[in-house]
Amino acid sequence: MDWITTVDHKKIAILYLWAGGIFFGIGGLEAILIRIQLIKPMNTFLDAQTFNELITMHGTTMIFLGVMPVIFALMNAVIPLQIGARDVAFPFLNALGFWTFLFGGILLNLSWVMGGAPDAGWTAYTPLSSTGYSPTHGVDFYTIGLQIAGLGTLIGGINFLATIITMRAPGMSFMRMPMFAWTTFITSAIILFAFPAITVGLVLLTFDRILDANFFNVAGGGNPVLWQHIFWIFGHPEVYILILPAFGVISEVIPTFSRKRLFGYSSMVFATILIAFLGFMVWAHHMFTTGLGPVANALFSVSTMLIAVPTGIKIFNWLFTMWGGQVRFTTPNLFAAGFIPTFTMGGVTGVMLASAPADFQFHDTYFVVAHFHYVIVGGLVLGLFAGLHYWWPKMFGRMLSETLGKWTFWTFIIGFHLTFFVQHFLGLMGMQRRVFTYLPNQQFDLLNLVSTIGAMLMGVGMLIFLTNIFLTSRRPADAADDPWEDGRTLEWTIPSPPPEYNFKQTPLVRGLDAFWKEKMAGHKAMTPSEPVGSIHMPSATILPFLMSVGIFIAGLGFMFSRDEFSSSIMSFLFNNYIVTALGLLITFGSMLMRSLFDDPGWHIEPEELEGR
Amino acid sequence: MTTAHAEAANGTLPHEPEKATLEGRNKVLAFWLFLGGEAVLFGTLFATFLALRNQTNEGPSANELFHLPLVAAATFLLLVSSLTSVFAIQAMHRGRVTMLRNWLLVTVLLGLCFLVLEIYEFSVYIRHEEFGMTTSAFSSAFYTLVGFHGAHVAFGILWISVLIGQLLHKGLTVVTAPKIYVSAMYWHFIDVVWVFIFTVVYLLGKVG
Repeated sequence: MDWITTVDHKKIAILYLWAGGIFFGIGGLEAILIRIQLIKPMNTFLDAQTFNELITMHGTTMIFLGVMPVIFALMNAVIPLQIGARDVAFPFLNALGFWTFLFGGILLNLSWVMGGAPDAGWTAYTPLSSTGYSPTHGVDFYTIGLQIAGLGTLIGGINFLATIITMRAPGMSFMRMPMFAWTTFITSAIILFAFPAITVGLVLLTFDRILDANFFNVAGGGNPVLWQHIFWIFGHPEVYILILPAFGVISEVIPTFSRKRLFGYSSMVFATILIAFLGFMVWAHHMFTTGLGPVANALFSVSTMLIAVPTGIKIFNWLFTMWGGQVRFTTPNLFAAGFIPTFTMGGVTGVMLASAPADFQFHDTYFVVAHFHYVIVGGLVLGLFAGLHYWWPKMFGRMLSETLGKWTFWTFIIGFHLTFFVQHFLGLMGMQRRVFTYLPNQQFDLLNLVSTIGAMLMGVGMLIFLTNIFLTSRRPADAADDPWEDGRTLEWTIPSPPPEYNFKQTPLVRGLDAFWKEKMAGHKAMTPSEPVGSIHMPSATILPFLMSVGIFIAGLGFMFSRDEFSSSIMSFLFNNYIVTALGLLITFGSMLMRSLFDDPGWHIEPEELEGR
Repeated sequence: MTTAHAEAANGTLPHEPEKATLEGRNKVLAFWLFLGGEAVLFGTLFATFLALRNQTNEGPSANELFHLPLVAAATFLLLVSSLTSVFAIQAMHRGRVTMLRNWLLVTVLLGLCFLVLEIYEFSVYIRHEEFGMTTSAFSSAFYTLVGFHGAHVAFGILWISVLIGQLLHKGLTVVTAPKIYVSAMYWHFIDVVWVFIFTVVYLLGKVG
């Protein structure tokens, strides 16, 4: 119950981590099943329909329900601490964002047991995703589940923007803000301007499917390419929503374990902003073969290649940070160091794909699959591993085992390169993506076998990581405030795990890497910027949970509103939108409660602060 | 923050009560950000509409359909309601609670009239012109764009009504003031969107 009503950012972080971890596991299992099917030619392990459902759900789950929540977990756990705040700007909305994400994710995954998962690919291209080709409820689960989950992401984005703008500790100007806080800030801005586009896209597709609208239906005057534009004007910035937080993590981990400040801090900030800006200018590079014409293709080709410039600046800054530093290869730093070459390889194939004429050859082959897995797994997932190992002691008060951590790293990264490196060649040799099997003796057999073995090895790496978490959770929580001893930012100045009010006194920030600066001046702790006083805390509340339950019920009700049921009561409830109305009533009722009953919160008094 | 609370307890409000507390300032800032997202939302809907506005699929076209005097009347009502919400905020800044409540009531009533006109307009199209959601890509885009705006108006009416109730119950405080302020921001935003709808959907439909 405590967990359902919490509004504390640190607990919400743990909820995000758990939920994201479970969805990540589901997405991973789906990947393993895909790889088992492709282990040999003409395999009959899965049929074509199941395979389509698996690749759709693997992509959708990993992007929206796996890595996004883990990113949000890190942001929630770290951002208020890094900027010296006692919570996010809107603790209530923070909880609401989590619960809408979770119920959206549950709705999407219910499709496995309620008559067929979505099967039109994670991009849900029309007309494949229209009722003509996808008559089951699969794509409805996709549109409505993602809609609900996306709501949570948007709420989280606005919350972090407001938090970072208004709640930084005294003295922390924007140019003294830690890099992870910067990337969170920019990521949240991208979320704010990208997610409403997919909101509209999903609404249009839902209307096409449930209300027989004609947006993408050519017979009614609609245009399927419109879906691609709307999807990718969101979908390309989404790539940067995913990768920028990883950049932020790497920019925290490498300086800490090199005992040097981040090389070129201000160029890092501006590179981040530039990447976000350019990220919105390049969506049509996903559509070179759609037939936009040579002028559009050339423009989008050039703008895409431009992104390599700020990204290159970042890569070199990380290398220069390590150069001449006292580098310690702890588990987080191993992942960070492994990230740099792996992500660079993904970037290089990105430039190859950005060349429109070459893309006509690479299009829809395993070369593309290899490219984006190098970016998303080799970039983002390695970044998340670095971040999780780095901040685990701060989140849970327990150090993860270094030995098991190193095993995780080596099995995972070797497995990763085995899986995806060979896929470049499979793609160049002409193996198509999204097909459920292939013919023997096309020279695909051996490389596919290698790829599947690699995927298994990545799975082993994940299991070692889980073992590490399990064993660690049985040990006493005795991590030091600054367990890596070279912590540079504010989160390392308070106990691990932090008390619910975070900072007894808001610290005074006197420079970039605030804690490091105090250490170098010979101080053991931060100078406080206020006397010890009564701390105002928001009350726990069940309303965010109820609102999300309401949206969940309304979504299910809307989805089945046109179905025929064997029982007349069910038909009556669904076909007259009674279930939908009931769900909306719960949501709006909760909103009304929130509006009418002000939350005065509660206070932690100074005596209590000293007592602990 | 504590001084603002004390002032509120004494019955004297600061000049801009919506920005007197950190929560209030956060709320106003976050609402500006939210409106940025809403702008993208409507931008995408407008782009969709512009792409599909001539795809009538042998159904009625914009030129045959739209009746400008009706739409002009609706536009007038909504523009005036934006003005009355400005009056409401001015009254709030002067601490005139009764006047604030009355101007909010006028705003809600004008919004309701607008909504009634819109529902009437839609019903005419559906009943007499056989122009429904499924008729053509143009009709789908029209109902989705204008309907989204209408849903926003309906939500705004409910929201401001609840706030009027709250004002009667709790009075004007540093807690209620930011809510009223952001609801007025929302109402202006809806109004701005309507100006674009009037231009892009109706005027362009008639003459474009």
